[in-house]
Amino acid sequence: MSVSAEATTPALRRTALNPIHRQMGAKMVDFNGWDMPVEYPTFGGIVAEHLAVRTGVGVFDVSHMGDIRFKGPRALDAVQHLTMNDSSKLVDGQAHYSAMLYPQGTFVDDLIVHKIGDNHYFFVINAGTREKDWDWVRQNVKGFDCDARDVGNDYTQLAIQGPKAINLLQKLTDVDLSQIKNYWFTFGKVCGLDNVMIARTGYTGEDGFEIYIPADPQVSARVWQQVMDAGKEYGIVPCGLGARNTLRLEARMALYGHEISEEITVWEAGLERWCKLEKPEFIGREALEKQKQQGIKRTLVGLEMVERGIARDGYKIVDDAGKEIGYVTSGSYAPYLKKNIALAYVPPDKSAVGTVHNVEIRGQKVKAQVVPTPFYKRPKKTS
Amino acid sequence: MNYPSDLKYTKEDEWLKTEGETGIVGITDYAQNARGDIVFVELPKVGTEVVAGKPFGTVESVKAVSELFAPVSGTVTAVNDELATAPENVNKDPYAAWMIKVKLKDSGEAGKLMSSADYSKYAAERG
Repeated sequence: MSVSAEATTPALRRTALNPIHRQMGAKMVDFNGWDMPVEYPTFGGIVAEHLAVRTGVGVFDVSHMGDIRFKGPRALDAVQHLTMNDSSKLVDGQAHYSAMLYPQGTFVDDLIVHKIGDNHYFFVINAGTREKDWDWVRQNVKGFDCDARDVGNDYTQLAIQGPKAINLLQKLTDVDLSQIKNYWFTFGKVCGLDNVMIARTGYTGEDGFEIYIPADPQVSARVWQQVMDAGKEYGIVPCGLGARNTLRLEARMALYGHEISEEITVWEAGLERWCKLEKPEFIGREALEKQKQQGIKRTLVGLEMVERGIARDGYKIVDDAGKEIGYVTSGSYAPYLKKNIALAYVPPDKSAVGTVHNVEIRGQKVKAQVVPTPFYKRPKKTS
Repeated sequence: MNYPSDLKYTKEDEWLKTEGETGIVGITDYAQNARGDIVFVELPKVGTEVVAGKPFGTVESVKAVSELFAPVSGTVTAVNDELATAPENVNKDPYAAWMIKVKLKDSGEAGKLMSSADYSKYAAERG
């Protein structure tokens, strides 16, 4: 283990489970300054990991994600000011997707807001934007009677995802998981640890849970092992960032720096469902109000390749004359759908389902068609 | 990892098998393993001239695009069309999943490539 540790740039940050990933033979990459597993070849690699989550269960170490806790008499006001969704609608134990915006209506980051109790909220934010988000929060909660804290280093966050995630996790907790609805959470005993936050959330388009345990390396390693053992009967596979990306892409979930960024607005990204203009005030609201009247110049669509080729991040969308009219934000082979899919920004008048576009791949125009998204939607559960 | 001794190897991780005037080209076990699940292979048409050391096609894994480099110069006489629909064959058996056959322009070129023993060392150095 000392050998592989030396091979890593010392500047890279590591989660508490880093040695475990290396022991399991993960291929590690620098992900926004974090030394993270991209895939576990000994467990079959990206495609096998992706399929395990769609059909069974997979576990991801997502401890690189950041967390910010808000506490105080005006915690709700601070959260409302900072984010675009309406957190006044949340009740204790409920969470929702939201985003922090710049005054021009573009993205600081997208995130999940959890309401833990009156005057107590919890953000889960992206790894690559942790410092930036924290600076933004600190600046903008001034004036509110609310204590905001960066608690990102306190937790090991595990995402247990897939149709069998509930069966697996139920073996490790006395909390009745069937009572937790999608995007709700509770606290309970997991693997003998008290007061673990258990949220029915994820980034895969599949049913699943995220648990937040102490970042202690020994505790983290023990829980990871217990999850692996409990998942054995369901064919559990450890999953890396590669599968995380293809899973979220099939489910059309945005990735910061791709579908959303400091340059892209809420309307362009098609995230209006989570943006509540009826809220009297939040950062970015004014600009969004104006843009709503003016209309947008580009919109995010799903593409499916019609001809042979894979549209990759950054590839151009060109018209028949070769003029650039848009670009691909994310593109990949979709392991479950077995198709080549992409998300792309195109002019709104060329965004209708069925519209055929040219993706420029290595100098060639390759045809792709606008399709409805999400590309993949999980089957409705009866329970 | 497996590097058959009857093949020659490039620094870009292609293998070459020579049968008379024909060279058969694919990618090595190291290459398929490093790239991970291969999901797309793009190859030239029969009749295309390929040049030693220059790109002749593309393989894509889920995560990344990489170019294929011709080990030798010559004219493409056959293309493994199976890889268009079954790119995963490259992962399953990289030496059975040949990519192109080339009519060699200069039979001396193959001699400049690495032997199995040298390539094996070269692959191991990169981990």
